[in-house]
Amino acid sequence: MNPRILLAVTARVLTQLRRDRRTAAMLLVLPCVLITLLWWMFRDMPGSLFDRFGPGLLAIFPFIVMFLVTSVTTLRERSSGTLERLLAMPMGKFDFLGGYALAFGLVATVQAALAVTLSTGPLGLHVAGHVWLLGLVAVADAVLGTALGLFVSAFAQTEFQAVQFMPLFVIPQILLCGLFVPRAVLPDVLHAVSDVLPLSYATDAMQGLVTSTSTGDVWRDLAIVTGFALAALAGGAATLRRRTP
Amino acid sequence: MTFGPLTWWRDGAIIHHMMNNAVEFRALVVDRGGRRVLDGLDLTIERGTVTGLLGPSGCGKSTLMRSLVGVQELTSGSVTIDGIEAGSKALRDRIGYVTQAPSVYADLTVRENLSFFARVLGAEPGAVAKAIDRVDLADHADQVVGRLSGGQLSRASLAVALLGTPDVLVLDEPTVGLDPVLRRELWTLFHGLADDGAAVFVSSHVMDEAERCDRLLLMRQGRIIADDAPDQILATTHTDDMESAFLALVDAAAEGSTR
Repeated sequence: MNPRILLAVTARVLTQLRRDRRTAAMLLVLPCVLITLLWWMFRDMPGSLFDRFGPGLLAIFPFIVMFLVTSVTTLRERSSGTLERLLAMPMGKFDFLGGYALAFGLVATVQAALAVTLSTGPLGLHVAGHVWLLGLVAVADAVLGTALGLFVSAFAQTEFQAVQFMPLFVIPQILLCGLFVPRAVLPDVLHAVSDVLPLSYATDAMQGLVTSTSTGDVWRDLAIVTGFALAALAGGAATLRRRTP
Repeated sequence: MTFGPLTWWRDGAIIHHMMNNAVEFRALVVDRGGRRVLDGLDLTIERGTVTGLLGPSGCGKSTLMRSLVGVQELTSGSVTIDGIEAGSKALRDRIGYVTQAPSVYADLTVRENLSFFARVLGAEPGAVAKAIDRVDLADHADQVVGRLSGGQLSRASLAVALLGTPDVLVLDEPTVGLDPVLRRELWTLFHGLADDGAAVFVSSHVMDEAERCDRLLLMRQGRIIADDAPDQILATTHTDDMESAFLALVDAAAEGSTR
């Protein structure tokens, strides 16, 4: 890995994002808008439903958004020939993947800071644990989305196909992550499936932070999410082949 | 460095390898999608010359160039540069490569694109401005690449290959759609780079660009059907232009195979 090249990729991706104002605005503003929508939905209902669903959404949004953005961007890089050109240069696979992960990780940090500040401030989400840990989990989720997006982009030939990977890879995770039905009461088979899906741990971490002051489980969940992200990055590296048929 | 004693033939004469042979293709076979694209190709490209590769589209030019850059999966045979296997890490900052489709980022300016690739290559400061000048894009340096014309776009892509000081330049149809004045300038640039010691390998499907090369390879259906100086090819085939020469060679080959 070469830091100069990795940072060159990061800077380039961020410049592209800055140029694309609409995407940049959506990345930062959309999660806030959707969380506000959720809060508004539950406002007149008895009980503290926003406290139940809010943390899950804080985990899910960065994941979805980064998954989509990354899978399309990388696919574009593959189909435009720039990837082939880069791989003919002194560019390591992990320079490329790491550069992307770092760029989107930075965007995710800003995104998470905005969403967490909004939720815990004006929208009054009650957090028993540390608020900054909430942000950290959100960033880990975003990096996970980035890593998975990089990985699946190898299996799509068109941007249209890449977008279709969202229902395949993301929606089952959202359904099984414990947001709708607590994972403990899922049927056995589904519970076992949810145990191997990374978003389950992301949601567990968020919910743990909201309900409890102990951080031991949160760090464990965070480590698992990070592990999944690294595995997906390694999978992504395996799909970046210098020589193609 | 290991050189075979002989690899290719010209007019029945055996050409021996010399130390300035930059690129060696040996018994190169490439299959793509179940079809044999290159079939046992032997070829040597020297430094200090502009070698043209001419042939109809689909004849295997791009596959040959991709093999040289090291991004093509080979079926058998080898491609080496100075005895080092093409695509090796040691060669990656020594090859300038322009793909047929302009490989630059459409949402960045010309300068941003070049600065990025320069950082990847670790090129010296000033390389960016120099490359922009060389392809005559100084007036458009701060324009977003996606809004450039087709010719400007391919020049932006060409400029990337000129960053650093590549000693092998692989240019896949770099002059398509450019105006004649600019095309002439670029050919002058290619010869300048060759004079500085680079091996310049340029493909084209436009027959009239042939005469600008020092050495010309005519390619058809994955095989080299002629390999000589352009005027020599015209003389041997008793023709006045490269298109007729190409046809004469194809006809002669067809006669040879039916005889």
